[in-house]
Amino acid sequence: MELTQKHHEYWRKNLVITAILFAVWFVATFVEAWFARELNTITFLGFPLGFYMSAQGSLIIYVALIGIYALLMRKLDLEYNVDEGDLE
Amino acid sequence: MSTSAFSHSAFSRQLKKYYLFYTGGFILFLLALAVAEQLGLSRAWIGYWFLFATIGLYAGIGWMTRTQDVAEYYVAGRKVPAFFNGMATGADWMSAASFIGMAGTLFLSGYDGLAWVMGWTGGFCLVALFLAPYLRKFGQFTIPDFLAERYGGNIVRGIGVVSAICCSFVYVVAQIYGVGLIVSRMTGLEFGVGVFVGLAGILVCAMLGGMRAVTWTQVAQYIVLIIAYLTPVVWLGVKHTGIPVPQIAYGYTMQKLADVEKKITADPKEQEVRKIFSDRAAAGKAALAAPDKSYADGKTKVEQALASAKSSNAPADQVAAAEKAVAAYPASVNAAKVQWTRETGLAARAGPPRPHAQAFPGKDEAAQNTARLNFIGIVFCMMFGTAALPHILMRYYTTPSVQQARVSVFWSLVFIFLLYFTAPCLAVLAKYDMYTNLVGSSFASLPAWAAAWALVDPGLLNITDINKDGIVQLAEIVIGGDLIVLATPEIAGLPYVVSGLVAAGGLAAALSTADGLLLTIANALAHDFYYKMIDPHASTYKRVTISKILLVMAAITAAYVTSLKPGDILFLVGAAFSLGASAFFPPLVIGIFWKRANKWGAIVGMSAGLGICIYYMMRTYPFFTNMGVPKMDLWFGLSPVSAGMFGLPLGMLTIFIVSLLTAPPSKQVQELVEHVRYPNLVGDTLVSEAR
Repeated sequence: MELTQKHHEYWRKNLVITAILFAVWFVATFVEAWFARELNTITFLGFPLGFYMSAQGSLIIYVALIGIYALLMRKLDLEYNVDEGDLE
Repeated sequence: MSTSAFSHSAFSRQLKKYYLFYTGGFILFLLALAVAEQLGLSRAWIGYWFLFATIGLYAGIGWMTRTQDVAEYYVAGRKVPAFFNGMATGADWMSAASFIGMAGTLFLSGYDGLAWVMGWTGGFCLVALFLAPYLRKFGQFTIPDFLAERYGGNIVRGIGVVSAICCSFVYVVAQIYGVGLIVSRMTGLEFGVGVFVGLAGILVCAMLGGMRAVTWTQVAQYIVLIIAYLTPVVWLGVKHTGIPVPQIAYGYTMQKLADVEKKITADPKEQEVRKIFSDRAAAGKAALAAPDKSYADGKTKVEQALASAKSSNAPADQVAAAEKAVAAYPASVNAAKVQWTRETGLAARAGPPRPHAQAFPGKDEAAQNTARLNFIGIVFCMMFGTAALPHILMRYYTTPSVQQARVSVFWSLVFIFLLYFTAPCLAVLAKYDMYTNLVGSSFASLPAWAAAWALVDPGLLNITDINKDGIVQLAEIVIGGDLIVLATPEIAGLPYVVSGLVAAGGLAAALSTADGLLLTIANALAHDFYYKMIDPHASTYKRVTISKILLVMAAITAAYVTSLKPGDILFLVGAAFSLGASAFFPPLVIGIFWKRANKWGAIVGMSAGLGICIYYMMRTYPFFTNMGVPKMDLWFGLSPVSAGMFGLPLGMLTIFIVSLLTAPPSKQVQELVEHVRYPNLVGDTLVSEAR
C-alpha cells in the first residue's frame, strides 16, 4: 500500500523522539563513565558523584527514559491514528 | 475490539489476584518455617523444605498451564499483560550470576564492578527504542524468523539459528552449574544430584507448557527472588543506616568506609602482614629465576636444620618440627616451581585496600586510561548484548499489543532495577560490617558466621593468622565473591530461615533463566530448523511435539556439558553477550530502520561481526592460546570479553557497504519494513500474526 504524507510525518517524529532519547542514554552511559574520576570529586547525598551515577543515577535515568518513550509514543500513535484501539 | 478489551483487563485483574494470594501464601510459608525453626527444626530440613516446596510449586504451575497449541506454546498466546511480562522478563534476565555473583564482584572490585550493573540495565533502553515494539508488530515466533522474513532465504535464517544456539547454550551451561551448586549447598546433596533435581523442575515446567508455562513460572520465581534479595539487605540497612531503605542512605556508610580504609592502610600491624606477603612473593620470584640451585639450597637448609637440632639435643618438639619441614619439602624441582609460583601470587595481597569508590585505578596515566577503556568496553558489550540475546527479545512477542510491548520494557527494567540498585548497597554494607567487626577481632573469638563459613568452604572465606599476633588483619582475610550474598543473613544476625530463603532465591534466578534459554534453543531447532527449513507441511501438533522432544535433548546435553565443569564460566557468559551483540544487533536494528539493507548485506555483516569477535577471543584469551592457538597482543589493551566492541561496528559497516553495492530488496520486503514501523496501518495487506 502507499503511505500517506501523515504516515511519513509519524515516522519522522518517531525518529526524532528515538534520536533524542538515544542521545540522553549515550550521555548517561558513556560520557558519565568517561568522566567518572572527575565526577568523583563532587559529593552528592554522601556519595562520590561518579560512583553514585554508575550505581544508581544512570539506572534511574534509564527507567525514566523508557517510561517517557512509552508515553510519548502512545500519544503519537493516537495523534496520527495508527494506534491499536483499546487493548489493555 | 470492545469484548477483547474487556477480556484483557479482566484477565489482568484476575492475574493480580492470583499472584497477590501467591505472595501472601509464600510469606505465610516463610513465617511457618521461622516458627518451626524456633521449635527446633534442623537446618537440613529447612533446606529440604525450601527446595521441594519451591520446585514443586514451579512444576505445579507448569502442569496447570500445559498446552499443545502452537501460539500458546511459542508465545503464551500473546496475551501476557505488560506488567506481568515485565516480571517474567526480570526473572528471565537475572541469572545466578546477577543474584549471587554481582554483589561479590562489587565487594571485591569497588567502582570497576559497576560496569556490569550499568551494562545489564542500560541495554533495556536499546531494547525499548530499537527492537521490542517493532518485533512485537512483526509478530512471529522467534528471532531468526524476523531475520529470515526481512532478508529472505534460508542462509540468513541458518546463521541466525546457529548464533542463537551458540550464545544461549553457553549461557545455559552457566545456569545449570549454578543450580547444582545452590542445591548441593542448600541440602548437602551431591553436585550431580543437585543438577538432576533442578533439571527435573525445569523440564516439567518448560516441556509441558512451553512459553506459556515458562511465563507464569517466571512471574512466581521473580517474586521469590526479589523477596529473598531484599530481606537481608533491609535488615542490614536498619542496623547500619537506621532506615529500612538503605539504598538511599548508604552514601554516608561509604564515607565511614573510606575512613576505615585509610586507617587500615596506615595501621602498622596491617603493614607488617603486607610486608610478609611481599617478601614471600619476592623470595618466590628469586627462586623461580634459578630453580635448580634454589631447590638444592633449600633442601640442604632444611636437612642441616634437622641435623643440628638432633646433634644439639634440642627439645623433642623442635626436632619434630624440623622433621616435618624436611618431609614437607617438595619432592621435585617441578613441584617446587608450582609452590614458588603460588608464592609470587601473594604479591596481590601485599597492597593496601583499594578505596571502594575510586574509579579506574592504575599505577600511571596510561594504565588508568586502559582501565577506563575496559570499563567502557564491558558496558558497551553487555548493553548491546542485552539488546541481542534471543531469550530476552522473544519475551516481547508475548504481549497483546505494540504499546503493551513498550510499556512492558519499562516494567522489565523497573523489576530488574530493584535488584541491581540494591547490589552495590549490599556490597558497601557488607564491606563496612566486615572491616569494622571482623577486622581487629581476635582469632580466639571470631564472629560466629565467619568461623562457620571458613569451616564450610575455605574458597569462600579463609582467615589465617599470618603475623601470629592473634588479631585478624584485613590482609589476612581471603574472600570469595559468592560469600557476600550467601552469608549476608548471618552477617546481619538473621535466623537460618533467611539463609534458606536466599538460597531459594538464587535457585529461582538460575532456574528461570535456564527455562528461557532452553526454550530458545529448542524453538530455534524445532521451529526455524525443522519446520521452516525441512518440513514446512508439518502439522501443528507435530511441531509442538518435536519442540518438546528437542527441549529435553537440549537440557540433557547442557547438563552433560555442565557435569564436565568447563573452565571459566564468567568468561563464557561475557562471551555470549559479545557474540550476541556482534551477530544479532546490527542486522535486527538496521533491518527495521533502513529499508535499503538487503540479504547480502546481512549475510556478510553477520559473518564479519561474528568472525572478528571469535577471531579476537581465540587469539587473546588464555584458554584458547594455551591450546595452541597463536597468541597476539591485545588491541588497545581491550580484554577478550569485550570483543563485541570490534564485532558490532564492523558488522554495521559491512551491512551498509555490501547492501549499497548489491541490488535493493524487493518491494514485498520494503512493505514488511513499513508494516513493522506502524502499530496499526489502515489498509495493510500483510498478515500480522502467525499461527
